[in-house]
Amino acid sequence: MDRRRGALTTAALAAVPVLFVGVFFAYPVAAILGRGLFPDGSLDLGALGDVFRGRQVEIVWFTLQQATISTALTLAVGIPGAWALSRMRFRGRRIVRALVVVPFVLPTVVVAVAFRALLGTGGPLGSLDLVPSLWAILAAHVFFNYAVVVRVVASLWEHLDPSTEEAARVLGAGRVRTFVSITLPALAPAIAAATAIVFLFTFASFGIVLILGGPGLSTLETEIYRQTALFLDLRTAAALTLVQLGAIVALLTVTGRAQQRYATAQRLRATTSIARRARTAGERLALGANLLVMGVLLGAPLATLALRSLRSTDGALTLDAYRGLDEVRRGPVVIAEPLAAAATSIRYAVLASVLAVVVGGLAAFAIARGRGRSARMLDGALALPLGVSAVTVGFGFLVALDSPPLDLRGSWVLVPIAQAVVAIPLVVRAVTPAIRAIDPHLREAAAVLGAGPRRIWREVDLPIARRALLLGAGFSFAIALGEFGATAFVARPGSTTLPVTIYRLLGQPGPGNFGVALAASVVLMAITAVAILVTDTERLSF
Amino acid sequence: MRRILILLLTVGLGVAACNASDDDNADGVGVSNGETAATVTLVTHDSFLVSDSVLEEFTEDTGIGVEIVPAGDAGSALSQVILTKDDPIGDAFFGVDTTFLSRALDEDIFAEYESSALDEVPDELEVDPHVTPVDHGDVCINYDRAAFTDTPPPTTLTDLTDPAYAGRLVVENPASSSPGLAFALATIAEFGEDGWLDYWEELRANDVLVVDGWEQAYNEEFSGGPNAGPRSLVVSYASSPPASVDPDAEPLPDQAPIGTVLGSCFRQVEYVGVLEGAAHPEAARRLVDFMLSPTFQADVASSMYVFPVRTGVELPDLFDRYAELPDDPYTLEPDEITPDQREEWIEQWTDAVVR
Repeated sequence: MDRRRGALTTAALAAVPVLFVGVFFAYPVAAILGRGLFPDGSLDLGALGDVFRGRQVEIVWFTLQQATISTALTLAVGIPGAWALSRMRFRGRRIVRALVVVPFVLPTVVVAVAFRALLGTGGPLGSLDLVPSLWAILAAHVFFNYAVVVRVVASLWEHLDPSTEEAARVLGAGRVRTFVSITLPALAPAIAAATAIVFLFTFASFGIVLILGGPGLSTLETEIYRQTALFLDLRTAAALTLVQLGAIVALLTVTGRAQQRYATAQRLRATTSIARRARTAGERLALGANLLVMGVLLGAPLATLALRSLRSTDGALTLDAYRGLDEVRRGPVVIAEPLAAAATSIRYAVLASVLAVVVGGLAAFAIARGRGRSARMLDGALALPLGVSAVTVGFGFLVALDSPPLDLRGSWVLVPIAQAVVAIPLVVRAVTPAIRAIDPHLREAAAVLGAGPRRIWREVDLPIARRALLLGAGFSFAIALGEFGATAFVARPGSTTLPVTIYRLLGQPGPGNFGVALAASVVLMAITAVAILVTDTERLSF
Repeated sequence: MRRILILLLTVGLGVAACNASDDDNADGVGVSNGETAATVTLVTHDSFLVSDSVLEEFTEDTGIGVEIVPAGDAGSALSQVILTKDDPIGDAFFGVDTTFLSRALDEDIFAEYESSALDEVPDELEVDPHVTPVDHGDVCINYDRAAFTDTPPPTTLTDLTDPAYAGRLVVENPASSSPGLAFALATIAEFGEDGWLDYWEELRANDVLVVDGWEQAYNEEFSGGPNAGPRSLVVSYASSPPASVDPDAEPLPDQAPIGTVLGSCFRQVEYVGVLEGAAHPEAARRLVDFMLSPTFQADVASSMYVFPVRTGVELPDLFDRYAELPDDPYTLEPDEITPDQREEWIEQWTDAVVR
């Protein structure tokens, strides 16, 4: 009886996310795929054959290659970073934790400008001649996704009870052996989750590849954009999208299994009792090395960007660009109102993060409660939007959401919804490992003491999940703030968002516009940093 | 936790309520034919700009409000309109240009309409009764005057293969950039389908740089752009010289800091049309008429940096002083640029230039 009620509750929890992602992702994508696969009412898979010939094969191969290398590099740099931010206590730790997230949420146009400013001709590292090249793409991908690895892994690491490691050390295991046989398996669920996210992001990377890779390098994503938006060749686009979906499903299956296999109940501790100051010279060195990596990898492009925004055309320092943030005019025409756009972005982002936390939070509880295949499938299904082209989703909205009760085309509501769809998988991945890791003894103890299931959920699960939920909310907010994908490809009346405004300013001739675009990018960075600082409530204990 | 959730939800709903109250329509205003239109919806690309006062004038004259729906770049906007032609997302579509026109006409997205205001427009710009020309922009090579004090700037496309200009030109990828495509079309118009790829071989030998979009070419690589890059020749627009002058400078300079290679220009005309199946066709026709009116035409130069099609329209002061237009720009007929043909050219170019 109890088991059945438990299954029912899980199904009820899962219904909301399934419905949401079904209506606002699966249905539109299926609709646009349908146009390409059934051009005359009957199934036509001819284009799928063409994909495996010539140029398209190169594109698929290159897409997988760059995503794999990018993910491996990001993990190699990010896991030590996660250690530093979860285990070490040092001055400015909170600020650093917030700042590492900033790159992740910058619009790609801004990142590309920052990297070109740094690596391009005339930049501080221009002599390396890295733009355009695969190296520039990889560097930008690591820059972008570093935060995902650091934050997702750290959110688990900071709760791992160090006494297990200490016991291993006491029993004679060396540092390396302790890490490999104790720490790494314990961290595996978080590492698998981060791997999946980073791979999906780099697999579907659009602006970075386009701008830093140069015209010779195409990925599935840039090709789907070309075929859909430019040529409206839905047949080829559908074939490419099927390949994209196939690769994503394969990846999610593998990482999902890994997550499941290693998800054991662990005794989690409040972070305050775990993080401590560096004690040995080795620890100090490791901490210093990590901070140096963060400073160079994340700081250099951002600092170049900020300095550029303060530089006038003749090289002097000036705040002129910031004076244009209120309104950029050309004679009688208002080209852009960056501050108003920032307000719009914030409004959309608040809505999007509320949606993402509610929907993603319910999904996380459902996934953590159900352990079988259906939980894994729900987890995977919710992650699909990360890997599917924004242009596919955007054009799918146009085709699918055009009749009541879902006549949403041209409605502003689609903007936060599209943003939430992308943010939900991150909430799920931030929250699920935390809930899964709750020691079942806690729940049992509560039950023995007479608490009902609802009370146990409220007083055991929710408080432990709260930090992860808040982290998810911060991520969602930041992602929505910087989102420049689906919403950029959808007809959208009314208010423009800050990333769109930045993009527009970059595309406008005129001496001052470039500077204002950079200043607006700095504002976007600042809002993001504040949002993450506010939601990253390390000091709240539970 | 619950308090936080309630707070978030309240904020969310509040935001939603604020947004909802923005788009409540005014009462319907009668237009002839018994059609009621409070608002006409103009689908367009992200670069569309117009002075507020200009649209206000339209609304005052006709009682019709205008809702602007930007739908991505020019190519993406057209794709969206085609995709939704059975159930249009607006009443009129502005922004299909010479390079995309044949696809728009093939797909029958526009209803026929011949505006009476076309009398004021040169005949050669009227290509089809389904669309009305609004403006033209000329895609040209621009040069940084400061970099051409010793050598003279090039004057023709052929000049660009001269070793004197080696390593100086930056162009955009025609696969991803509208001016990039226009420039490629200029080379096809000049050298023909048999000779244009040879010309590009020579440009390659002369160290041409290909970048993805206008932003990078002009903002980052061009020595006359905001970043003072290393390249002194760039594919941009005939309107770039007036844009490069600081309008507040006193006194205004004699010459703009950048100049135009008049022998390199390709003319792109932008059209508007009433969408087939529009909810408010009569209002859309009034809007098309208005886009040819002296008020709107006088605004396109200062707002979108393009040239009005209507004859006798006064240009803004900076344009008057600094813009140079070619007498005989390169053109191709819209039916020469079919979608298949364009895709084939882009593929050929990609194979020849960036592989």
